[in-house]
Amino acid sequence: MHSIDVVGVLEPGGRVVLPVAGGSVRGGFPSPAEEFLVERLDLTSILVSHPQATFFVRLRGESMAPAGLFDGDLLVVDRALKPVHQDVVIAVVDGDFTCKSLWLKGGRMKLQAANPTFPDIVPVEEQVVEIWGVVTASIKQFRGRSGAR
Amino acid sequence: MFGLVDLSNFYASCEQTFRPSLRGKPVVVLGSNDGCVIARSQEAKALGVPMGAPWFKVSHLAQSAGLVALSANFPLIGDMSARFMSLAAGFGHQLEAYSVDEAFADLSGIPGDLTLRGFKIRARIRQWLGLECGVGLGGTKTLAKLANLVSKDAERKPGRYPAHLAGVCNFGDLSQAQLEAVMRATAVGDVWGVGRRYGAQLLELGVVSAWDLAQLPPSLVRKRWGLVLERTVLELQGVSCIDLEAVPGPKKQVGVSRSFGKGLEGLDGLLEAVGEFAARAAVKLRKQGSVAGQVFVFAQTSPFRPPPHFSRGLCVPLASASADTRVLVAAAHAGVRAIFQSGVEFNKAGVFLLDLCPANRRQEAFDFGEMGSEIDEQLMATVDHLNQRFGRGTVLVGGAGNTRRKTDWSPKQSRLTPQYTTRLSDIPVAKA
Repeated sequence: MHSIDVVGVLEPGGRVVLPVAGGSVRGGFPSPAEEFLVERLDLTSILVSHPQATFFVRLRGESMAPAGLFDGDLLVVDRALKPVHQDVVIAVVDGDFTCKSLWLKGGRMKLQAANPTFPDIVPVEEQVVEIWGVVTASIKQFRGRSGAR
Repeated sequence: MFGLVDLSNFYASCEQTFRPSLRGKPVVVLGSNDGCVIARSQEAKALGVPMGAPWFKVSHLAQSAGLVALSANFPLIGDMSARFMSLAAGFGHQLEAYSVDEAFADLSGIPGDLTLRGFKIRARIRQWLGLECGVGLGGTKTLAKLANLVSKDAERKPGRYPAHLAGVCNFGDLSQAQLEAVMRATAVGDVWGVGRRYGAQLLELGVVSAWDLAQLPPSLVRKRWGLVLERTVLELQGVSCIDLEAVPGPKKQVGVSRSFGKGLEGLDGLLEAVGEFAARAAVKLRKQGSVAGQVFVFAQTSPFRPPPHFSRGLCVPLASASADTRVLVAAAHAGVRAIFQSGVEFNKAGVFLLDLCPANRRQEAFDFGEMGSEIDEQLMATVDHLNQRFGRGTVLVGGAGNTRRKTDWSPKQSRLTPQYTTRLSDIPVAKA
């Protein structure tokens, strides 16, 4: 049952993409695991649902520590999601990015820190507080954290 | 049916997405060497900053009007453009990336309300990327382009077009009378493909508006101005002549040119700069799988400086078409030596590779001395690979400059913003 299938035509200077695990070209004994080849788990596809709308943001400060978000964490921010009550969000307050918990009820909104010693941010009249994106994951690295500081 | 999605003030808006404090402020983006304005925010346009203005001519507005100038951040622009194209691809079933910030979509056969679809794609681009865009829909690409202009001007210049066409303009929704009114309100020079030269000639003949142009008999237009303008007239009349170019073909010319950080005198510096440009162009050439038959080099003085002015270029033909950095650098050097003049302060130079054809169709010179071109190709592929993996300038081909060292002719980019989306140490910071 040895077979060789043509998977592409190689032209001088041209490029051909060969299937990585297609099993089309065989010589020798077929692998017993071939029937079970599946995709390896990929962290990006676990953490990122909307690749075009996902951005990374570095967290600075302690006000979200009780919620498990620490200084230096790498945040995964998804702008495709509609922010809802109690989401952790990146908001724009007076031109700067801030990370807080969103409180949204009865048409009123405020931004809360997880640490209650920090005051709530309540938009005053004419002040626009924009929700820039929803934080969907926080990544902590313990070794080799390049770019953390 | 065609749709055209065109981002508004793309370069400046990218910066404003990641630096919200810049929103609502006049922002300009400066091109090569921080020399001229290549993009403006809406507020900078309102301030009257002209496109292409040398920065030194408008820099007084920084003091008087809070004008902010930034160096062009190409990694950011490239990444945001790729995200945009990927979203715009959901608009129709085929997409043509017409430029970095505009895309044509083929909407033929797509069921449902296309205007609503236009508003949805617009809302998605705004929410996901923080970028504004206009959406135009029409039966031909030229009409879609015109509808796009209407969608933007109805918003920016109230009164010129009906207000309900702002943001998304679908010519398919308009009655014949409404379409005529819109086309009468559009200057003939604003029609895609007309351009300044034809525009002036048409104006002289009393063809003032897009509507006037659409009334001309195509055969007469062809006789007088040629096939290109005839095609434009037919497209305005609703006859689709220009198809979507879904897969852009290999570029017909590949070039690298740059202004120098400060004036450059002497042959050695010019040789090094032009060698580096030739090497960079060679990488582009190999990436698209082409070889070049001619190498064009040029060098010039600043038109903004007092004379003597100098501007010269030379085309160097190759014995056989090549993508080998060593061959292309040698040809560029030969060209530079021929045009060089001492005592001149150069401020810009460049290399263009011309006469391109696919690498697998090249004609070899009948040269018994040249052996092992396969080995050369492998060498070049290895050089490209190493530079891609470890950073540009890791491996240099003799005479191709030294990109790690900041040389006199390295571009000046003193207002460079962080690479928010392509470099981990540059990502935005949020305070908690």
